[in-house]
Amino acid sequence: MAEENILLIEKNNGIGTITLNRPDKLNAFSDELTFKLKDALKEMERDSTVKAVIITGSGRGFCAGADLASRSITMESAQKPSLGTHLRHRLNPIAVKIRQMEKPIIAAVNGVAAGAGMSLALVCDFRIAAEEASFIQAFTKIGLVPDTGSTFLLSRLIAPTKSFELMMLGDKLSSKEAFELGLLNKVVPAADLMKESEALAERLIGGATLAYALTKRAYNRAVFHDIEELLEYEASLQEIAGRSDDFMEGVKAFNEKRQPAYKGR
Amino acid sequence: MADVKNNIIVDIEGPIGLITLNRPKVLNALNHELMAEVVSALEEFDLNEEVRVSIITGNEKAFAAGADIKEMSSESTVSIMLKNNFATWDKIRLIKKPIIAAVSGFALGGGCELAMTCDIIIASETAQFGQPEINLGVIPGAGGTQRLTRLVGKHKAMEMILTGSMISANEAKAYGLVNKVVPVELYLEEAKKMAAEIAKKSPLAVRLAKESIMKTYDSHIVDGLEFERKNFYMLFSSQDQKEGMQAFLEKRQPAFSGR
Repeated sequence: MAEENILLIEKNNGIGTITLNRPDKLNAFSDELTFKLKDALKEMERDSTVKAVIITGSGRGFCAGADLASRSITMESAQKPSLGTHLRHRLNPIAVKIRQMEKPIIAAVNGVAAGAGMSLALVCDFRIAAEEASFIQAFTKIGLVPDTGSTFLLSRLIAPTKSFELMMLGDKLSSKEAFELGLLNKVVPAADLMKESEALAERLIGGATLAYALTKRAYNRAVFHDIEELLEYEASLQEIAGRSDDFMEGVKAFNEKRQPAYKGR
Repeated sequence: MADVKNNIIVDIEGPIGLITLNRPKVLNALNHELMAEVVSALEEFDLNEEVRVSIITGNEKAFAAGADIKEMSSESTVSIMLKNNFATWDKIRLIKKPIIAAVSGFALGGGCELAMTCDIIIASETAQFGQPEINLGVIPGAGGTQRLTRLVGKHKAMEMILTGSMISANEAKAYGLVNKVVPVELYLEEAKKMAAEIAKKSPLAVRLAKESIMKTYDSHIVDGLEFERKNFYMLFSSQDQKEGMQAFLEKRQPAFSGR
């Protein structure tokens, strides 16, 4: 059965707010949600009344990453899933759109941001997080490679020593820890999250928006000029990981709530 | 004063002849009448002594997104051959003055071929180049297989023409298809800047330089070298050669007369 209202859009005084709304799934990316998010971003880009965008989640989670039950990942069929194709058609275009859109985009991280959900937060221009939020590079835990930009977003946003550790070990970061590493702009009490995010958006709207747009373009050129090539590379590596027995085992163990027994193939 | 034709706008700005493709509703799809207008504008610029360089441009969204498919969808082999519409395109090769393509947005199919027919391509960072004819069950017909291959090499040309995929402005620059990539707000200005730079030179030298470069396409290098040498000698009968070398020796800017 099709879920309803899995993505909410609101436009108010120049602020476009996009809310991922699958709270019972911690807003994990189903195929439908990725398509709706891409469309919503395009709409925000086209709508000249929207000057700044906030992305947030409803409920306890910001976004738990790819939904392992989504049609393009699920292993119910005998065939192994093509995770490379999944990324190329669903998640990577979202990352590219967020970088390319010449309006400031704020991630208001209300709760757990795991896997591609953490990538979503990292690819935005600003990150404000609730004290309760957390950040997890969950990929390797189920036998996958960090994707949707995480490999280069993390390694370009913070020091390589720590970024590699996070990608390899997948340890959970609290908001406070993420802030101390330089991953976040601000940590605020949950009750103030939207108010603080809107205040930042309002400040940006009140400024020289053309200069902001051009600054984002220059920043992209300086820091993310090769984003499409790197996303494509991640997708290729994820294709390999997605065909592995370890990934099968990782998902199985996750579903059965037990420790996985990996074999390295 | 801009001369608004059915499909293009023709304007002269100082030494620059500017042709703006003007079918924005169809992303500047190239029909036969449009190409005839482009060629006749280029021919007029060639005879107009004030014009030194031509620029062909479209708009931000599209240089030209291809040929007018509606116009040709019902053609047969015989009907399309008898019309010989590409004869119009062939005349661009005979234009003596340099032509700069100022490309933003889509340059696809005939649009990519038109850009490649020009001598220099300035692209906005949003430009996209491609030869998607294969998706319609045909192949490029206005020089795409020949010019793209010479510009980007056999293997990239094969990839682009056989898969119909597009490349970005930056990729096009890496492959040598475009000269320069600039922000979208500035591509036409950048093209005009380069045109103005060329316009300062002796028009005789520019003309023979272009002819000599074009010679590489249809001659053996030995013939090409001889052609170049003769053009080089010939320029020594011009006032511009005297002026150019004199000014150099006197450490001043030359004033070329085109004689």
